[in-house]
Amino acid sequence: MLSFVVLIFIALLLPGVVNRTRAVLSGRKGVTLWQHVLTLGVSFRKGAVYSPVAGPVFRMAPVVGLGASLTAVAMVPAGPSGALISFGGDVVLFCYLLALGRMMLILGALDTGSSFEGMGASREALYGALVEPALFIVLGTLALVSGHTSFERIFARMEAGSTEMIIAMIPLMYAVTKILIVEAGRIPVDDPRTHLELTMIHEVMVLDYCGFDLGLVTLSSWLKTAAFAVIASSALAATFAYCIPLVVLLCILIGLGVGTIESFMARGRLFDNTTYIVTISAIAFVVFIVAFLILRNIHIG
Amino acid sequence: MNDVTTTKSVSGWLSSDNREGSVPCSDIPLLSYAEWFADMRDWLRNESCRCASCFGVPQGDGLRIYSLMADDAAGRVFIASCRIASLPDTVLPSLTALYPAMHAFERDLAERFGVRYGDHPWLKPLRFPADRLDGRSTASNYPFYEVRGESLHEVNVGPIHAGIIEPGVFRFICNGEEIRHLEIVLGFQHRDVERLVCSTSNVLRQTVLAESMAGDSTVAHATAYARLVEKFASDASREELASTSLPVERAVALEMERIAVHLADTGAICTDIGYQLGQVACEALRTVVINSMQLWCGNRFSKGLIRPFGSHYPLSGALREMILKNLSDVERRYGEVARCLSNEPSVLGRLEDCGVVPAARASRIGAVGLAARASGLVRDVRSSHGWDLYGRSVVHEPVVEQTGDVMARLKVRIGEVFQSIGYVRTWLEASVPEAPQKRPPRYDVPLSPDRFAFSLVEGWRGEVCHAALTDAEGRLAVYRAVDPSLHNWLALALAVRRIGISDFPINNKSFSLSYCGHDM
Repeated sequence: MLSFVVLIFIALLLPGVVNRTRAVLSGRKGVTLWQHVLTLGVSFRKGAVYSPVAGPVFRMAPVVGLGASLTAVAMVPAGPSGALISFGGDVVLFCYLLALGRMMLILGALDTGSSFEGMGASREALYGALVEPALFIVLGTLALVSGHTSFERIFARMEAGSTEMIIAMIPLMYAVTKILIVEAGRIPVDDPRTHLELTMIHEVMVLDYCGFDLGLVTLSSWLKTAAFAVIASSALAATFAYCIPLVVLLCILIGLGVGTIESFMARGRLFDNTTYIVTISAIAFVVFIVAFLILRNIHIG
Repeated sequence: MNDVTTTKSVSGWLSSDNREGSVPCSDIPLLSYAEWFADMRDWLRNESCRCASCFGVPQGDGLRIYSLMADDAAGRVFIASCRIASLPDTVLPSLTALYPAMHAFERDLAERFGVRYGDHPWLKPLRFPADRLDGRSTASNYPFYEVRGESLHEVNVGPIHAGIIEPGVFRFICNGEEIRHLEIVLGFQHRDVERLVCSTSNVLRQTVLAESMAGDSTVAHATAYARLVEKFASDASREELASTSLPVERAVALEMERIAVHLADTGAICTDIGYQLGQVACEALRTVVINSMQLWCGNRFSKGLIRPFGSHYPLSGALREMILKNLSDVERRYGEVARCLSNEPSVLGRLEDCGVVPAARASRIGAVGLAARASGLVRDVRSSHGWDLYGRSVVHEPVVEQTGDVMARLKVRIGEVFQSIGYVRTWLEASVPEAPQKRPPRYDVPLSPDRFAFSLVEGWRGEVCHAALTDAEGRLAVYRAVDPSLHNWLALALAVRRIGISDFPINNKSFSLSYCGHDM
């Protein structure tokens, strides 16, 4: 239960860290760290307006999405105390819960009948398909080094103090952070601040949502981001000192990194982003090979 | 062959330039449509010639068409007119079929007066003016170009947009993410400014109308108007004006406007590609420039600064120092932004090879100003048709890029900001008057009757052309203003073919065209 609370905390904290980093780096004071949470509260106090052409799928999508994200997050431990839900093979369910949320959002977007949302849905589907191999290779690597297929056991049983493993887990953390950037729709893959419908990916799919529903969609996207941040942090933390403060600290570092990238880098061209995403799989695969060699004590050269 | 035809045209057409005063209406040659058509074809065949303005004036049952051909190589403007006796019965050959650059002018003639063209390839409504001949043609039944296909889909954007921009429809035909065709429908902002200018004899009101023709080109349009009105006054009074500090003030204001908008557009391009560093830096810099204008004339967009025959806001020594100091600051900080922009891989990856308009195409569709220069065409009124200080105290060398992509349009902006800062510095440091000359504007100068005048001004976006005819009582009878947007919207439509639809916004921003400037 403690992990669950920590994850919710990170989910609410991370957007603030990113926003504040961007503000400071652009020379502004920036809004308060928790402004986005207050905005979310405003959304939740509002009702929702539905387009007359949108059907039931459109209304279901935010609820199903949030349910899927919450369940997925419940499987991720944030420290040695363990996750809320844990069983052998929960890593696979985790992936497909996120995929379920994405699918519902895509169907909901298509349900509006808007040409913008259709474009966004097709982009989201493409990116989702491209990022999935990377995610599975990463989780496969974690399963390989720990010998378990449940997040709780993976991080608890990981060999601590081994220099080789720390070296392997740093690029793994890097790969997961990149997956996070894709999944959260941050620069260079997507620009969450843009007002241009034609360039949006995630934002354009949720254009028709407002009020309460928009709050649900926003919250589930934050939860998803937090889950990836915690997985990335735990992978590294578990190799030397697996504890909640370190995981939270690494998560904040990831937030700082994302904010820094967004401050100094332009968003990539839509077609080039596919290359960017496929490279994550390549990085993940390299990590997998390295971990395999380390485990088998194979020395090359 | 070109030489022969040019000579022939010159012999028939009235030759004038941007500095000369008004000419009597009776001096403008009147040709038959066939002769005029043949001459126009000869002009347009010539690379260095383009149509600056072409407009119709109803005469009895018929229509008289005036056209202004600007010859950039010779630095002269040639004027002629033709008469179509009875409109409904005549089907005419169109110039657009041969030279697409004429499409907007001919569409305007067809829409307003019912000129019938037999072979016009794109005879669609242009602005939906209230006095259009076919009242049934409205924005809601606009004949969109359609392509049908299994793999194609249409995306419609507008006329109401998300965000604070003007109305206009962009209808894309896409194959997946790739744009195959873009049709731009404008006219929602048509205010009939030109008729409003003629409907009043209050010169102050006319000036304010001219300032509002395109809100981002206040100085350019107001200067074009002021110079036009001054041309209708006596030569002696124009020479007297030229000896005052008025030309310097107008030129400084024009270049300040250019600097401010270029800075804003650099920032806007950065916003659209999600490049925060460039965005915040340029937004801050633009504020410095427009705040300087506020200190000078009380309005950040220079409204109220340009007035005919004088100005309420002479440039005092303190103002000069303030402007010079602020511009030095802008120059240094913008230099850093420009370095970042041209070295950041993610920025170059977005902007290079995106939305290319080759020089030949830009020339064929009659692109002007910044967009033309980014495509390698040397089209700049400041160098080819100088006025006031341009061509005298400053010999302008246009900033030209060859690649014709979004990056080229950005580079032209960057180059022009530094160039303009240099010009302002030259003018302000050259002559510092002891005490500012107070020379209030005059709104009561009588205009000479039955004359024609035009004025060309290179605004930040490109060539602004105002032309007018006075009637027997010395009132403005016909007023026609052409904003560079009228020429350049087609360039945007062609630039985005075969690129991803997600790259449309940065292309749109890189042209940065005016909706109301087009719609008038």
